Formats: sequence, C-alpha cells, structure tokens
Amino acid sequence: MSLAQFLPRLKQPSVIPGFGLTLGFTLLALGLIVIFPLIALVLKASSVGAAGFLQAATNPRVLGALRLSFGAAAIAALVDAVFGVLIAWVLVRYNFPGRKLIDAAIDLPFALPTAVAGIALATLYAPNGWIGALAAKAGFKIAFTPFGIVLALIFIGLPFVVRSVEPVLAEAQRDVEEAAALLGANRWRTVRQIVLPAIYPALLTGTALAFARAVGEYGSVIFIAGNIPLVSEIAPLLIVIKLEEFDYVGATVIATLMLTISLLILLGVNKLQSRLEMRYAKD
Amino acid sequence: MRFTTLKTAGTVAALALTLAATVSFAKADTQLLNVSYDPTRELYKAINEAFAADWKTKTGEVVTINQSHGGSGKQARAVIDGLKADVVTLALAGDIDTIASKAKLLPQDWAKRLPNNSTPFSSTIVFLVKKGNPKGIKDWGDLATEGTQVITPNPKTSGGARWNFLGAWAWANKSFGGDEAKTKSYIAALYKNVPVLDTGARGSTTTFAQRGIGDVLISWESNAWLALDEFGADKFEIVYPSISINAETPVAVIDVNVKANNTEKQAKAYLDYLFTAPAQKIAAHLHYRPSDPAAADPADLAKLPKFDLVSIDKDFGGWSKAQQKFFAEGAIFDQLYKATN
Amino acid sequence: MPRTDPIGESRLIQWVLIGISLTFLAFIVFLPLTLVFVEALRKGFGVYLAALKDAETWAALRLTLTVAAISVPLNALFGICAAWSVTKHNFAGKNLLLSLIDLPFSVSPVISGLIYVLLFGAQGWFGPWLRSHHVEIIFAVPGIVLATTFVTFPFVARELIPLMQAQGTEEEEASLSLGASGLHTFWHVTLPNIKWALLYGVLLCNARAMGEFGAVSVVSGHVRGLTNTLPLQIEILYNEYNFTAAFAVATLLASLALVTLVLKTILEWRYADQLAASHKH
Repeated sequence: MSLAQFLPRLKQPSVIPGFGLTLGFTLLALGLIVIFPLIALVLKASSVGAAGFLQAATNPRVLGALRLSFGAAAIAALVDAVFGVLIAWVLVRYNFPGRKLIDAAIDLPFALPTAVAGIALATLYAPNGWIGALAAKAGFKIAFTPFGIVLALIFIGLPFVVRSVEPVLAEAQRDVEEAAALLGANRWRTVRQIVLPAIYPALLTGTALAFARAVGEYGSVIFIAGNIPLVSEIAPLLIVIKLEEFDYVGATVIATLMLTISLLILLGVNKLQSRLEMRYAKD
Repeated sequence: MRFTTLKTAGTVAALALTLAATVSFAKADTQLLNVSYDPTRELYKAINEAFAADWKTKTGEVVTINQSHGGSGKQARAVIDGLKADVVTLALAGDIDTIASKAKLLPQDWAKRLPNNSTPFSSTIVFLVKKGNPKGIKDWGDLATEGTQVITPNPKTSGGARWNFLGAWAWANKSFGGDEAKTKSYIAALYKNVPVLDTGARGSTTTFAQRGIGDVLISWESNAWLALDEFGADKFEIVYPSISINAETPVAVIDVNVKANNTEKQAKAYLDYLFTAPAQKIAAHLHYRPSDPAAADPADLAKLPKFDLVSIDKDFGGWSKAQQKFFAEGAIFDQLYKATN
Repeated sequence: MPRTDPIGESRLIQWVLIGISLTFLAFIVFLPLTLVFVEALRKGFGVYLAALKDAETWAALRLTLTVAAISVPLNALFGICAAWSVTKHNFAGKNLLLSLIDLPFSVSPVISGLIYVLLFGAQGWFGPWLRSHHVEIIFAVPGIVLATTFVTFPFVARELIPLMQAQGTEEEEASLSLGASGLHTFWHVTLPNIKWALLYGVLLCNARAMGEFGAVSVVSGHVRGLTNTLPLQIEILYNEYNFTAAFAVATLLASLALVTLVLKTILEWRYADQLAASHKH
C-alpha cells in the first residue's frame, strides 16, 4: 500500500485492496530468487571486460555450441508447432476412443523428470533400441547425433504448443467457419484463412516457450547427444565443462550469452505477437 | 489483514526452515564424507564397511562414511565451492592440487603426507572389446585405423579420460621416437574415431556395453573387469596394450574441513586404513592395483598382468604440466577439434 | 458422402489426421514412457520391489518430498500474490513484470544452479560470511530448495494470471462494497473462483519440482543418502550399471507424473464448468 501511495500516478486507482502487500511480496520473491542471482551472474561475466567477453564469445567451440543449441531448439520448436497444432486440432475437433486419455498424456513431458526422459529416449533410439534398431536397418542413426538432440527437445517442448493452442481452437468461431463454407470456400481455404490466423498469437507464444525451454535443456539431451565438440556439443554442456575447469568467468560468459539471446528472441516474439493480435483484432 | 497474512507467511517459512534443518542435521555418531570420483563406488562401499567395523572394535565409536561420486573435476570443484568433504579420493593428483591452490583447504605438499605419493592403490588403462575381438584390436595403433569406432569420455569432464589420452600419447610418443607432429596426428586420428564423448567413464561404459556402440572402449582396468562382471564375460573381453600409464589415484584429508567438523582423528585413520592389508586385499579383489601386493590374494593379482607402464611424474613432468600442455583451454585436446573439423 | 456438418472434414481425412497425431505421440511420448515400465519390470516384480526398498532410494524420496513441500507452497503463495497484483490492479511496468515472471522458463537449468553457487558457494559473494557463521546453503537442503524454487517459479502464476484476468474484478468489488474486508473477499470470493486452477498449477509445479535434474545436480554435492534427490538417485543407479533399479525408481517419478495427470484431468472437467460459468458473466 505504501508503494501505491508513493507512486500515485503509476497506478490507476482501484477499490481492491492488497496491492502493496501482494506486489511487494511478488517483487521481493522475484528479486531475491530470480533477479538478484541473475545480476550476480552478469556481473561475474562482465569481470572479464569487453575484450575478454568478445574473445570468449567468438571462440569457435562456443559459437558452434550456441549454434547447435539454438538451431536444434528452433527446429524442435518448429516441429512442435506443426504437430502441436495438428494434435490440438485432432483433440479439440474430433471424437475418437481414448481421446481424453491422450489429451491428459500431453502434459507428460512437463511432469516426467528430464533425466528419465533422456535415458528412456536414448534407450529407445540407440542403434540397439526398439526404434533405433529399425532406423539402423534403414541406414539412419538417431541417438548420439544432432538428430537425437532435436528429438529430446521435441519431447520437452510439445506440451507448450498443444496447451497454448487448444483453448483458442476450442473457442474459435465456428459460425465464421460455417459462413465461409456456405459462401463456397472449400475446407482447406477456410482452415487456412479463418482458423489459422485466429490461432497465430497463441501458437507463437507456445512455440516461443517451447523454444526457450529447449535452448537451455540439459538433463534429457546429455544422455542422447554424442557430445562431440563442434558436432553435438550443446551450450549448457560447455558451461558444465567450463565449470569443471574452474573457469567460472568463462561459464558465466556463455550463460550470459545464452540468456541475452533467449531474451532478445522472446522480446521479438512478444512484439510480433502484439502486432499479430492487433491485425487480427482489426479484421 | 496484513498481520494475519504475514503471520501465516512467517509460520510457513519457520516450518520450512525447521524441516530443512531436521533433514540436514539428522546425523549418526560420527560421519565422514568421502568425495570420490566415478568408478570407485563398489570399492569404497566395501572398504567403508570394513573400516567401520575395524574402528568400532578399536575405539568403540560408530563411524559412518558417506559417499559422493562424480567426475573427478566436478567433485574437486564441489569441494572448492564448499562441499564439506573430510577426505577426497580423486582420479588424479591434479584435481587435489587445484583444491589446495584455489581454496587452500589443505597444504600444497599434501601428497607427501602418506606413503607412495598418497596413492593406496592405482589402476591403469586397458581396452574392452567385443568377445572374440572381431576387429583384431591389439594395441593403441589399432584405435586410429579407419573404420574402428572408439569409445572414451571427454577429458575435459572426466579424469579417467585424461589417463586414456595420456596412455595413447605415451604409446605414440614411444612408437614415433618422440616425434611430436606424428604423435599429434595419431591422436587426432584416434579422436576422429570417437562417435560419442560421454561426460564420465561410467557413461562411456554404458554407451559401449549397453547401447552397443563402438568397437573398443578405452577404460580403467578396474572398470573393464567390473564391466565383464556386470554385462557378461561371454560378451566382452579385455585387451592389454603393449604400453599404458600408471593411473595413480591419490587420497588426501581436507584439513580445513576436518577441523571444522572435528573429525581429524577419524579421517586420518580412514586414509591410513586404505594402506593396510585388509583394504589392499579388497582393492585387489575389485581389480585395483594394490600398493602392497603382498597383502592381496594371488588369484586376484593374477588378473592384473605386469606390463610397461609410464608415469605421470617421470614421463609427463607431473599433472600441472600435463594439464597445461594437453587439456587446458586451447591446448592440444582442444586443437584436435579445430583441426579435424 | 453427404455431410451433415458443413465445417467438418470427411471421415477419411479425420482418421488420417488422427493417425498422424497418434503416431507422432507414440514415438515421442508413449514409447519412452512404456519403455520405463518395461525395463523396470524386465527382471520380474520381486527385483522391482527390492530396488524400491533400497535405503538410499528412500532417503532420496524423503529429500525430494521435503524439497517439494517447501518450494511448492512458496511458489503457490508467490503465484497468488503475483496474480492478484497483476490482474486486480493496473500499474505501470506490468508487462515487464509479466516477462520477468516468465524469465526462469528461458534460463538453462545448469545456469539456475550456477547462479546460487556464485552467490552462496565457498568462493561466492556470501561464501566466507556463510562459512564463518556455519550456515550451509550450497550442497545442502537449502541450496536444493532454492534451485528447485527458481526452476518452478512461474508455474502457479502462469496458471492463475489468464484465469483471473478473464474473471475481472466485478465480484471482488461487489463484495467489498457490501462491507467485506479484503482478506474475507479473497477467501470467500476470489479463492473459490480460482481454486481448481490453483490446484492444477500446484500439481504441475510439484511434478516439475520433484523431477528437476540439471539445476539440482549443480548444487547437490551428490552425497548418497543425504543430498541426492530421486532424479539424481536415478542417475547414480544408472551409472552403477544397475539399469533395472534405475528404471524402477524412474517409475516412481513417472507414476507421480501419471497421478498428476489423472488428477489434472479430473480437475479439468470441473474446472471447465467453472470456466464456462465465469465466462457467462
């Protein structure tokens, strides 16, 4: 409440109490648990100076790992986006036996510990695993290649997309779709021009979250990646390696880089999203 | 309203702290923490039991030894960051040196405090191959031939992997008469054959034995024998190369911690116990090379053949030199991955 | 074939789409889960039970429950406070606050552990002070609680904010104008409206808290029977080539995930009615 009194113009008046208390606690918890430790991280990284930071950041190993982490996360997020929309569509619009059960299982990657997921995926997709053996016969290698990394990231990101898109698809205006159909638009055209634009903002949020989560993922990836430098070495592993060389500054430099890139991408997505929402609102 | 909320929050916090406190301080009589590297799980499980029984009969005191295992470098870092280890039993002296230099938790000359450079038992590096050795792998040179897949962990995260690297280097250095360029290109060819670089020796063994990847695993001798027990002697066999490295795995009391924990007496006794006949016998039985072979069962010793072993101190000038030359940021190991890609 | 629903796809297309979705889910989600249970029971039920009875596994289970018991209520309290201040009031910087709440989602778990080592580790900012006052944070329970809290920080808040946003402030205003106190209003008006969403958020938060691996691995110290959580215990068993036991312990966490999902599904049925009801306003 005191905060509200000190900053009267920053807050619109409201009869609802508890603003000072709840915002105070929110800021306190956020500050202590999230912001303050992250500031410590950035300060530690900045202790090398601009030149040192740049040198560490442009090291080929670091660049390779960042490229892999962000690239694999981007591919995984895109796959999640495509299949996430499809799965959400099927779950919301169609009726088939076991639908409820499958809908519930979508959250599994949220709830299953990442290490278990990693071990299970590696066991499954290794050349002597259930699926890996089939793939090996066809001449494909999945586990211990960058493809294995993408696979693990698809796993952990999927629920973000499905869960973001589902409510929008459920609420999307069927009457508009019906009107379009009556006006002679074929089904595909209706879906493309009516349904998809409506879910874009939610899809973007879900994909961005899946991406952000995938970039930093460690537990599940480490078991299925080959961890070969410049080929299948992810950025979080490089942080761990730096730590084990007692190179805290080096570790924080990579961490800061990852954090900055993630934040920039998320901010960009937020911008794009509000623009999309505005355009959709205008239509 | 505000007071009640605060009171509730206070109660929750107090409860939480009490809960946390009961968990961290639920301790038995005397507890020692042995922070060790990855492959020694079975070894210290057996030795700890023997020591606890021995200590009980000698002093009447119940002592429990807690174990922490992980990559040697990671474990050293944890101790530096405040993990309250009473003793460390790590994969290489270099990691204990770092604890001494970075955190000053023990004197720099720690190795001189116990016999045999503070190394109660050691190991060496050998090959594990599929039964019948289908690729005919006999020596280090065979690991660099095209079409052979080699499994070894990452020297950056695994102490064992550093011994592996040095074993390969020692062979090449001898075979090429000290020609460093040839040695380097051999090492480069070897690591080009590595499809999976796990973070630790255990992970590599799983990759090789459980996932069926690769033709040969470069491994601690003790771990190779353990793999035969665990995965089946009918599936794998051990190949001893012509030359390897004496992998000395030293132990040390962490002075600052034992003073704070008031466990100095027990910690010292524990490490002394490692050099006694019963501990040496256990170690040899679990395929470690005892510093006192006389104490070991001859049947166990027979499994550990004598062959040409180089020394980290005599042949590589000690760990700090080897670390700088091979494994530091931008050193020879890092250069491999610039050159080959 | 005549279609009664003008906007439906033909049955054929429906089944093709359902087929693709299920195949994808089978490869990515269902097979890994099945594998966990198959591997755990590979050597028979007796071996499975024996693996679960291990004393260190019990210690890990206890620790995991303890950590969740601290960090989940903390995050629930935070989630309610954050949602209340953000949805029931309008103030400058609200969007920034929302992004900051989401921030832990985009931080690598490894970094989540590292930041606390930088602060509370022996070489960290507060390390010397903590050491001289005999306070253990890193490599002890408080460190594990902190890292877990960080990783699960946004879960409850994210669940509550959209719902409370949709519900608006009319009901609270009505209650207040009738003379009810703020706390009374929250307890008797707001809480009943959000209880299912809150519970759902708490369940997800709890599942993630119990399953966190990367962050906890950095701050745990891995002392067997003392600072190992269930996911770390799984890693240990796995590294001991004790695959059956590793998967057996994994089934504990997987079952937990499944129970969470079943509870969640039950909740959603009720929560859906309530959501629909709140939309009618």
